[in-house]
Amino acid sequence: MTELPPTLMAKGSIVAGCLAPHPPHLVYAENPPQNEPTSEGGWEQLRWGYERLRESLSKIDHDVLVLLSPHWQTYVGTHFLGIPHFEGLSVDPVFPNLFRYNYDMNIDVELSQAIHDKAKGSGLAVKMMENPDFRVDYGTITTGHMVNPAFDKPLVVISSNRSTHYYSVEVMQEMMMELGRVTREAIEESGKKAVILASNSLSHRHFTTESEVPEDMSKEHIASHAMHLWDMRIIDYMRTGQAQRILDEMPEFTEQAIAESDGGGLTWLLSTLSVPDYPAILHGYGTIIGTGNAIVEWPCYAHEGDVQ
Amino acid sequence: MNGSLVGSYVVPVHPHPLLVPEQNEGWGRLRAAFDEARDAIKESGADLLIIYSTTWPSIIGHQIQADPNPQWTLVDQDFHDLGSMDYSFNIDAEFAEAWNAANHNRGLQSRTVAYHGFPIDVGSVVALKLLNPDNAIPAVIVSSNVYANRSETTVLAKACLDVIKKTGRKAVAVTAMSMSNRMFTEFIDPSDDRIHSLKDDEWNRKVLEFLEEGRLEDVAQLSRTIHQQIRVQKVVTFKPMWWLSAMNGNRNNLTGRVLAYEALHGAGGAVVQLDPTSTGMGDKEYDEDDVEYYRGERNVLDAEEHSTESDEPLTPQTGPALWEPPESQGAVNSKAAPKPVGMYPHARQVGDLLYLSGVGPRQPGTNAIPGGPIRDDDGKPIEYDIKAQTRAVVENIARILEEAGSSMDKIVDVTSFLVDMDRDFAGYNEVWAETLGHYGPTRTTLAIRALPTPIAVEMKVIAKI
Repeated sequence: MTELPPTLMAKGSIVAGCLAPHPPHLVYAENPPQNEPTSEGGWEQLRWGYERLRESLSKIDHDVLVLLSPHWQTYVGTHFLGIPHFEGLSVDPVFPNLFRYNYDMNIDVELSQAIHDKAKGSGLAVKMMENPDFRVDYGTITTGHMVNPAFDKPLVVISSNRSTHYYSVEVMQEMMMELGRVTREAIEESGKKAVILASNSLSHRHFTTESEVPEDMSKEHIASHAMHLWDMRIIDYMRTGQAQRILDEMPEFTEQAIAESDGGGLTWLLSTLSVPDYPAILHGYGTIIGTGNAIVEWPCYAHEGDVQ
Repeated sequence: MNGSLVGSYVVPVHPHPLLVPEQNEGWGRLRAAFDEARDAIKESGADLLIIYSTTWPSIIGHQIQADPNPQWTLVDQDFHDLGSMDYSFNIDAEFAEAWNAANHNRGLQSRTVAYHGFPIDVGSVVALKLLNPDNAIPAVIVSSNVYANRSETTVLAKACLDVIKKTGRKAVAVTAMSMSNRMFTEFIDPSDDRIHSLKDDEWNRKVLEFLEEGRLEDVAQLSRTIHQQIRVQKVVTFKPMWWLSAMNGNRNNLTGRVLAYEALHGAGGAVVQLDPTSTGMGDKEYDEDDVEYYRGERNVLDAEEHSTESDEPLTPQTGPALWEPPESQGAVNSKAAPKPVGMYPHARQVGDLLYLSGVGPRQPGTNAIPGGPIRDDDGKPIEYDIKAQTRAVVENIARILEEAGSSMDKIVDVTSFLVDMDRDFAGYNEVWAETLGHYGPTRTTLAIRALPTPIAVEMKVIAKI
């Protein structure tokens, strides 16, 4: 384990922030016992990227994973899972042939409630989700599985408010910057060490047909050259510590790359990290049915001076 | 068989009328309207409910529910505090499969889904629980494809009608959709619910006025405008009206009734009944193409393929040139079938018999070969999928027969040609058993040295009209 500096031991902290996309294809390709369909592999570049991320996170002491999922879509406010334990079967409504996953996860309700309360105090519309019949979305499960397949650390799960579609990317960014700020504050006050996960792809134009063998990698490529250029531009900003430029260009990126940043996860992530000016680690990049996906880690623990 | 659509309905997708109708008078009126629609459907003698739901988005074409008895407990992603929705539905899996096949015959990408625990969407659950509470009428549910345009959505309806007619069903079509869909983005007291804005309310009332006059096709043709004016620009647009209008023959002379119109957390929720009885405003003014087959972009996996938007025939880079089929006496030609490689029609009718020219697997519009060509541009043999090629041949045959007013069950005799009998007979035979074999035509299979294009299989068909 990496020994944390004394300043971070005294209070809670964010030890790493990650872009951790959620295509169910990755779980399908791993053939874990929790997933019913089986595959012959596929999307190895991304799965090896997740291996590297897991290896990196295994060296960092942390208590909780805080995740924002673009597939728990809420139109009335931002919601938080508010029950300690969820288990059940998740079937992807779009790719049911690939993802039928038996999940079992714990929620850090105390931290969820703390973020919820701070967000409410700052004027955001928020709600705790306390219906025990609720089915956890497959985006949360996929990212949760790829980062921590044992699900042996509790999660905080935050919904994706669709303010981009109701208003604009600019309004979404205002809301997510504020949500990110209060998320960081709540973590610091909790005394816990947290890993932040934004569960979203980059460019997000899908193919509308599927190979007879879904994991046929001879059919996999980015949907268009323009999407590739946008993905590389954003990744370059990440790798060179220019997070502010990502925020500045978010409206154009979201519109032109039909990017899944519309769900607010990437803006929220960068806000929780106080808009980092240090380089992120690119663990992997690849496409999934044409969409661009990057696995990226901001190693906050190594830049404690940058953590406010 | 002489099936038909006996009624159509527009219903809202929010769970409030199902779970908490007592919390707001408007939600209660919507519930009463659902009940009235339920009774009217029962009285119509309908034996099939078809739900097109905007809260079931799909990406890989359209998806059709085919689990005969899906059961689960649904909780809404936003309104989870209103309660849980247990469901157990009676799905007509046979119709779902037939619709899926009919979609493919018309060039559409679609698939059926039948998985335990599949998350049936809130719009479908609300509609089926309130309109068909005792599951007396078998149902089928179709998704709303996020990328589908008008032509694709129209053809989806026409494929559905193909099956209704063929199976003799008395069907009711239901679109689960909002009118204006802008909700309040904050939590409100139920007693404070109202339409989000005066502008949304005015547009809703205008759309409902059209529907009450039976002018469904007018609403369908205004779909894009309505979406721009009163819809949050998310993935599911006002496209259900394209589907519902096509289900009704793109007509403007239906008999419409608005059973209720109320606010649902700011969105516009309406229960509308559309009777096929001809009254209303009369004939339509038709602006857009009445498309029969879908030939749009659905081959993006093969990025090097040509665009299929143009009606102009493609000139292959290799192989024989493509011809326009001649319009000789008795000739039957289909735009949904691949262009001939010589001057001959797709089929020719003589008396009550139909003689098809040899049919291969090439795709109309793109000239692509499903399963891949058998040789590359240099003539070097390459791997291909005989089963995919055979399926494509059968689909092309179905399109030509349909154009001629015939159908697969009227095929009398087939002569098949394989370029590699040893390699391909088993795969070809397997697809035959799944498709044409069901209809029982006689068959002769021959091994030949080559075909004019790089394909492995071709069939010569004789059918009755």
